[in-house]
Amino acid sequence: MTHDWYPDDFIRDVLGRVKTIAVVGATDNEVRASFYVTKYMTDKGFRMIPVNPGLVGKEVLGEKAYASLKDLPERPDMVDIFRNAEAAGAVAVEAAELGVPVIWMQLGVRNDEAAAKAEALGATVIMNRCPKIEYARLFGEIGRQGINSNIITTKKRPVKAVKKLI
Amino acid sequence: MTDESPRSFGFETRAIHAGSAPDPATGARATPIYQTTSFVFEDVDEAAALFNLQKVGFIYSRLTNPTVAVLEEKLANLEGGVGGTCTSSGHAAQILALFPLMGPGDELVASKKLYGGSLNQFANSFPRAFGWKVTFVDPDDPENFRKAITPRTKALFIESLANPGGVVCDIRAIADVADAAGIPLIVDNTMATPYLCRPIEHGATLVVHSTTKFLSGHGNSVGGIVIDSGKFDWRNGKFPALSEPEPGYHGLRFADTFGHLAFTIHGHAIGLRDLGPSMAPLNAFLTIAGVETLALRMERHCANAKAVAEFLKGHPAVAWVNYAGLPDSPYHALAKRYLPNGAGAVFTFGLKGGYEEGVRMVESVELFSHLANIGDTRSLIIHPASTTHRQLSPEGLKAAGATPDVIRISVGLESVDDIIADLDRALNKLG
Ligand SMILES: Cc1ncc(COP(=O)(O)O)c(C=O)c1O
Repeated sequence: MTHDWYPDDFIRDVLGRVKTIAVVGATDNEVRASFYVTKYMTDKGFRMIPVNPGLVGKEVLGEKAYASLKDLPERPDMVDIFRNAEAAGAVAVEAAELGVPVIWMQLGVRNDEAAAKAEALGATVIMNRCPKIEYARLFGEIGRQGINSNIITTKKRPVKAVKKLI
Repeated sequence: MTDESPRSFGFETRAIHAGSAPDPATGARATPIYQTTSFVFEDVDEAAALFNLQKVGFIYSRLTNPTVAVLEEKLANLEGGVGGTCTSSGHAAQILALFPLMGPGDELVASKKLYGGSLNQFANSFPRAFGWKVTFVDPDDPENFRKAITPRTKALFIESLANPGGVVCDIRAIADVADAAGIPLIVDNTMATPYLCRPIEHGATLVVHSTTKFLSGHGNSVGGIVIDSGKFDWRNGKFPALSEPEPGYHGLRFADTFGHLAFTIHGHAIGLRDLGPSMAPLNAFLTIAGVETLALRMERHCANAKAVAEFLKGHPAVAWVNYAGLPDSPYHALAKRYLPNGAGAVFTFGLKGGYEEGVRMVESVELFSHLANIGDTRSLIIHPASTTHRQLSPEGLKAAGATPDVIRISVGLESVDDIIADLDRALNKLG
């Protein structure tokens, strides 16, 4: 599939399907972007598993941290990768080999070669997007801060729709 | 960002629907007026997450308000920006746009052909209150901006279509100068509105508006907005308020954590929180209603203005007409490029007489309202030398384009024949 843009329904469907998300490049520093995403998605009912060799032996928001994806006791539904494009590519391929169905690279990060490999292994890949922003955008919250959601709807939006689904 | 899917809605559809989904709490189809100062927390954890900006929601209407947020999203969408911050007036929007960029001793390079109120704000109050130094340049040659930039310059500021002189800026060329210097171009798009011109499409980083004018459109609510394109990377060392740890938020770096949304989130979380010029919910409601018909109104405003300009041009009591929509205007080529759907509805013309004739003109019209505003459904008229600019010396009046012969009009939406007949009657009395 093209990675220049994603239909809103496609992202809405992915966020509605996944429950457990491994956060590669997670942090316990409360003002870093990956912490904001972990905190926000946790509050929305997702289970966010921190993955970062520097955090082994610690917890982030009550979830035990792991050094790498292959150390996880069970397969997550998605990985959200907070690494630069090169490192993210390697993680994406590793995740696909482990059978993780959804691989997500953060806003500003794109690696088409790795995406093609992961897709060949059966994974769904989303790049250069933030799941927190997308969730807030698609479920009507982001406009509360004056952000342009680019969504036109005449429906009364169920803000907590995804949380109810999972 | 590539958020826009290939099939995007037209301007008129977005003017009505962007940001304005049915109210999520009640299903109300028109946006409700959330006339409340504050919003209850679910529990202490939710309150903490809201205050830490980890949750998106409402705390207190100085920072965010559901009615105001609808207008912010609608206007950000129409301008092609990632977000917006509404303010109590257009002047407050100018302060809020510069506040994250400038510190004491920093410099701004601005067009010298700006709305007179902006010239006052920039030349007098900014240096005195904030220590911001403003250099004014002639915008007709984009090179003038480049020459005025110093290592302390943090932004360039222009009006797309300047009030009132019919001046159109070469936005792309000036944006290129800003880009080369690693600083943002801020465009006041009040007179054009996003229906006529979208400065972000021509390289602007920030757009500011006085929503008081054509956006609200009915002369009933003062307001402003700052819109961010989301395209500027604030981490080039020049903008510490956005890139360095913010003590008020536990050392949060806005540009790192919020990426392309940093400027808009900062605008609410720091700008409105600490400076305080928020838009009132009722004003947002009235402005939302105005924006819904923006396309129709601007089309008619421009058609009426063009007819009036052509009429004035042929009148024996009129010496000159400064309307960029006329083929002999020096700005006609730029107007065709940047304002293809019309050159706006505010312009000046000169009487063959002087001060006395100017006074007689504004006192003889009957349909036009004599007042200091623009962008109303009603046609408006003012004689700058006897009103808005009366404190200036003769040299000052000349520099401001407000010599005693100058009349400024904002052409309204009345029947165009009636507008022209009113001017004709008043002009014929000058004899
Ligand atoms: C071009 C322009 N910018 C800014 C302003 C200031 O806006 P406000 O009066 O809403 O503060 C005005 C007001 O006349 C204006 O015409």
